Amino acid sequence: MATTALDQQRAHAAAGHEPTGLWSWITTVDHKRIGILYGATAFTFFLMGGIEALLLRIQLGTPNNTFLSPETYNELFTMHGTTMIFLAIMPLSAAFFNFIIPLQIGARDVAFPRLNAFSYWVFLLGGLFLNASWLFGAAPDTGWFGYANLTSKQYSPGLHVDFWMLGLQTLGVASLAAAVNFFTTVLNMRAPGMKLMRMPIFTWMSFITQVLLLLAFPVITVALILLMFDRFFGTNFYVPTAGGDPLLWQHLFWIFGHPEVYILILPAFGIVSEVLPVFARKPLFGYAAMVFSGIFIAFLAFGVWAHHMFATGMGPIADTYFSLATMLIAIPTGVKIFNWLGTVWGGSIQYKTPMYFALAFVAMFIIGGLSGVMHGSPPADLQQTDTYFVVAHFHYVMFGGSIFGLAAGAYYWWPKMFGRMLDERLGKLHFWLMLIGFNLTFFPMHILGLNGMPRRVYTYPEGLGFEELNLLETISAFLLAASFAVFLYNIIKTWRGPRNAPADPWNAATLEWTIPSPPQEWNFAEIPVVHGRDPLWEAKREHGGPLPEPPKVSGAGIHMPNPSYWPLVTALGLSAMMSGLMLIHHLGPWGIIAGGAILLFGVFNWAFEPAG
Amino acid sequence: MPLTPASRHLRRWACVLPLLVLVAGACSPGHYPQTTLRPLSDFARIGDDIQNNTLYWATGVFVLVEGALLYAIFRFRGRPDDPEPSQVHGNTVIEIIWTVIPALILAAIAVPTVRGIFQTNAIPTGDVLRVDVVGHQWWWEFRYPTLNLTTANELHIPVGQTVSLHLGSADVIHSFWPPRFAGKRDVFPNRETRLWFKAERAGEYPGQCAEFCGIQHARMAFRVRAQSPAEFQTWVAHMQTLGTKPAAAAPARDSVHTASAGATVRSDPQAAPPAGPTDPAYAAGEKLFAAKGCVGCHSLTAVNAPKGLVGPNLANVGARTYIAAGTLKNTDENLAHWIRDPQGIKKGVLMPNLGVTADEARSLVAFLRAHQ
Amino acid sequence: MTDTAHAGHLETATGLDNRKLAIWTFIGSECLFFASLISNYLVHKETWLTGPGPFPHEAWTSPAGKVFEPIIEIPLVTLGTALLLFSSLFVVLALANAQRGNRKGLLLWLGLTLLCGVFFVGMQVYEFTHFVHKGLTLKTNLFGGSFFVLTGFHGTHVTIGVIWLFTLWIEAFRGKIPPAKSLNLEIAALYWHFVDVVWVVIFPVVYLIK
Repeated sequence: MATTALDQQRAHAAAGHEPTGLWSWITTVDHKRIGILYGATAFTFFLMGGIEALLLRIQLGTPNNTFLSPETYNELFTMHGTTMIFLAIMPLSAAFFNFIIPLQIGARDVAFPRLNAFSYWVFLLGGLFLNASWLFGAAPDTGWFGYANLTSKQYSPGLHVDFWMLGLQTLGVASLAAAVNFFTTVLNMRAPGMKLMRMPIFTWMSFITQVLLLLAFPVITVALILLMFDRFFGTNFYVPTAGGDPLLWQHLFWIFGHPEVYILILPAFGIVSEVLPVFARKPLFGYAAMVFSGIFIAFLAFGVWAHHMFATGMGPIADTYFSLATMLIAIPTGVKIFNWLGTVWGGSIQYKTPMYFALAFVAMFIIGGLSGVMHGSPPADLQQTDTYFVVAHFHYVMFGGSIFGLAAGAYYWWPKMFGRMLDERLGKLHFWLMLIGFNLTFFPMHILGLNGMPRRVYTYPEGLGFEELNLLETISAFLLAASFAVFLYNIIKTWRGPRNAPADPWNAATLEWTIPSPPQEWNFAEIPVVHGRDPLWEAKREHGGPLPEPPKVSGAGIHMPNPSYWPLVTALGLSAMMSGLMLIHHLGPWGIIAGGAILLFGVFNWAFEPAG
Repeated sequence: MPLTPASRHLRRWACVLPLLVLVAGACSPGHYPQTTLRPLSDFARIGDDIQNNTLYWATGVFVLVEGALLYAIFRFRGRPDDPEPSQVHGNTVIEIIWTVIPALILAAIAVPTVRGIFQTNAIPTGDVLRVDVVGHQWWWEFRYPTLNLTTANELHIPVGQTVSLHLGSADVIHSFWPPRFAGKRDVFPNRETRLWFKAERAGEYPGQCAEFCGIQHARMAFRVRAQSPAEFQTWVAHMQTLGTKPAAAAPARDSVHTASAGATVRSDPQAAPPAGPTDPAYAAGEKLFAAKGCVGCHSLTAVNAPKGLVGPNLANVGARTYIAAGTLKNTDENLAHWIRDPQGIKKGVLMPNLGVTADEARSLVAFLRAHQ
Repeated sequence: MTDTAHAGHLETATGLDNRKLAIWTFIGSECLFFASLISNYLVHKETWLTGPGPFPHEAWTSPAGKVFEPIIEIPLVTLGTALLLFSSLFVVLALANAQRGNRKGLLLWLGLTLLCGVFFVGMQVYEFTHFVHKGLTLKTNLFGGSFFVLTGFHGTHVTIGVIWLFTLWIEAFRGKIPPAKSLNLEIAALYWHFVDVVWVVIFPVVYLIK
């Protein structure tokens, strides 16, 4: 059956029709479809993480609240962090990597379309695996940072930590596979004439993100392997009573964890650096400085991990080094902010929804950056760390930064992805609700943190003064949630409308806007030749005005990769192996062997399948 | 009565005013007993000064950059049919300037930071009081090795003398945090960390665990009782009497009050003095303390207290402000409730529900209350 | 084994084949993986808190008077190391034959590479069993834990390499690796070299430096 369905799809594709139906999505290797799958899945996880956050906020609305039990609260805050980082922000960025990068560099697909599908399926299965823990009443409950030795078998019996550790391990495979793929894609698949220093800045920042992924994820992989051996096979790497050291976990975790922060924010930097010039109608100010500051930030990312550990008492030399290295990061970050200012300065700003989000991104990220400098000083950080001040700081970076940036990207590229314009009025309502809700929720956390409210507490007593602002934050969190209801409504409403988006609705500068919205399967009927940084602007200038709408063409003669279900089979094998590993004390090695057999079966069929 | 526009205006403001007062109040450090912004020790002042210095610079940068952004947002508003603005790609001089200026500001932050790092990492010498702090899931043990005393959940320190803390953990990683006196110092199993400070003012101040350490991380608070040197000596002398047997007669309540003079918060003072060893309830409680197995985890002696016990030392539990590591105020009623249903109050705590009846709980409370 | 999406423009922007660039990228990432494992070993190799346990390098008498013999067999491991190094040479020769279209040479050298790989894996299986019999397991102490995890993950990489090269040997036997497809072997060879180089680091760190 499968083969015939695939044959039909091929026939369809040859005739210039988009294949449709569930099977076409399961077997797709089209980067645009995989991008949409990433986006839809990640947005669903984002909503789940948001609901988790609302439950946390209800619990913290009043002192000594009993709305949630301590166990449930700890599970929810762990899953909120893990979900937002690994299942929401990273894959939402991946959605844009997938959809946009090949279009921006003038390619017909990524370097390895089937590997790309494999990444998505592993991500999906890893996310489902993590969340399946809810069904077993064993959701992870030791924080997204999972500090040893609380995660040891002695202090965390049950499956909670097992779900977390194997879930993250699975997601790591997806990220690494995708990183190899996009690293190769950006370097190798650029259209003729697109030199590195002509690449769109979003592609640049995404490329740097891939490098960070490639170098950071192996470290967390090893940290998790050691934890797995401790929990399953009786080693004592993190067990202090047997000579192990829980600090080893902190070092390994943050060597991964700090680059991870930039993995989460750099794509948003890239998006905003695309949106600001288009709507200011001016090229990006200081393109080279933007590129090199991004590279510099990524480089420093690997040298500052222990600023998460000032309270561990590392001694004055280490404190001084990590403090100064941390402060250095403020310089390239400052350069970026000033260049964004320079971009809009003297422009002719067109106030469309993406621009609202992009400008708010800059405004919010300044706050997150400045509070970051405040943590960089160890004597002050000893008070700030592990309080709500830090919670405020990283929400200004992750939400005020990444989510505002991703929202700008969503409104900006939506017409390209789906051929429909989102409603401007609803978009602006979404924006204002989000901006106000966000600030009212997270700004008071600065005040609470400096005034002594610790993080990760399921409740707080009366009499410490935390009541008023916590209540305000809880109410505001619902305002923030409402903004996403507006976004969803906007999507549903415009989905019912016609496909009204032209190829270039924003008067943009980059290659993705030279082709129809949504693009045809092969993206470019003819591979473009690039002569500068803003190829579409240059073309329009030469043409003396807007270009005519590009025609839809038949794909005859364009050779595209065949659909394949082997990536899914391989991903299923990998997940089965992980599940077998978790049940090793019940199934013996047989679960792993069965999963491994499926994995090998998938890999071999993948390898010997004609790719087209 | 018809309202004039002015008075209507006034009324509207009258509604907003209490809200403003509330918000202003919620922003003032005075509203928060656990604040980090009102330091009461030399150590805390080092961090506070650096934080203020950084905050001034940050505020300046914030105002300038956000101001410039807002200006640009309003000033450069364009229309779709406006002519294309001039296509500036960059400006090397400006870019160098805005790379160098942040570097200079960071230098202004870095210099006091490095000085502060070395100051806070110095090991105190001379006339210091050593206290060993041990974090447990989920309570704090304080041992005074030079005084041979042990207590729990209330750290007594003399004002004006540097206390040198040697910190460790009995189980997982915790973080010791007395915000008025010092920042956090993580405590580890099998690894000693250090912290020191010299308290400047007497009083009772809250502190709590700041590293997630399991289900009851939120209920792992402690009190710091800073006392004048004379009061501290009185307290030490009193504690020295809490040897292997409880004192024949409980000290008068007055002396306990004296020992904690300057306290900012006191639990409801009991009207009646606590039962003494002659009281039948006390005797019954003493028996129950052994029969119910309490003695397996809790020591009642402050002197030569055994190490490695699972539960907090109770030698002076009757005089503490809170029980269960900051969970409940130390009233007879709360104590009885706690003895009967620790799992209901602090789920997951290592103390099991032992099937104590209401009567038994009353006796145990009488017995424990006498341990002042 | 080909995956071509660049149908419109077969030339890549760097001139390097996609798969070659990808395997280099993957190798770069793997360096961090092994660096972390080796660091873990270095942190723990001197940690004996859980001892007394078999001492790897020299005879040792515990405070209780029990004598432990050294259990590492350096000559055997040196042989395995040498063969693994030779296999890197063999795979280069196999590749050269593949590029020249000499199927017999390809089969011979690739076969020798495989034999070396199989010997190495066999040596490791023997060594692990031997250690377990002498009482050194994952759980014995942190030396045991970090030794088995480090060499075990390296051994897994060698095993994957053996399977990969064996698949290619079968392909070559069926005449399916003409010179035009020699890249298939080149990619596997790059991976194989990497696995060898990692061992060149692990061998002195674990076996020679006491």
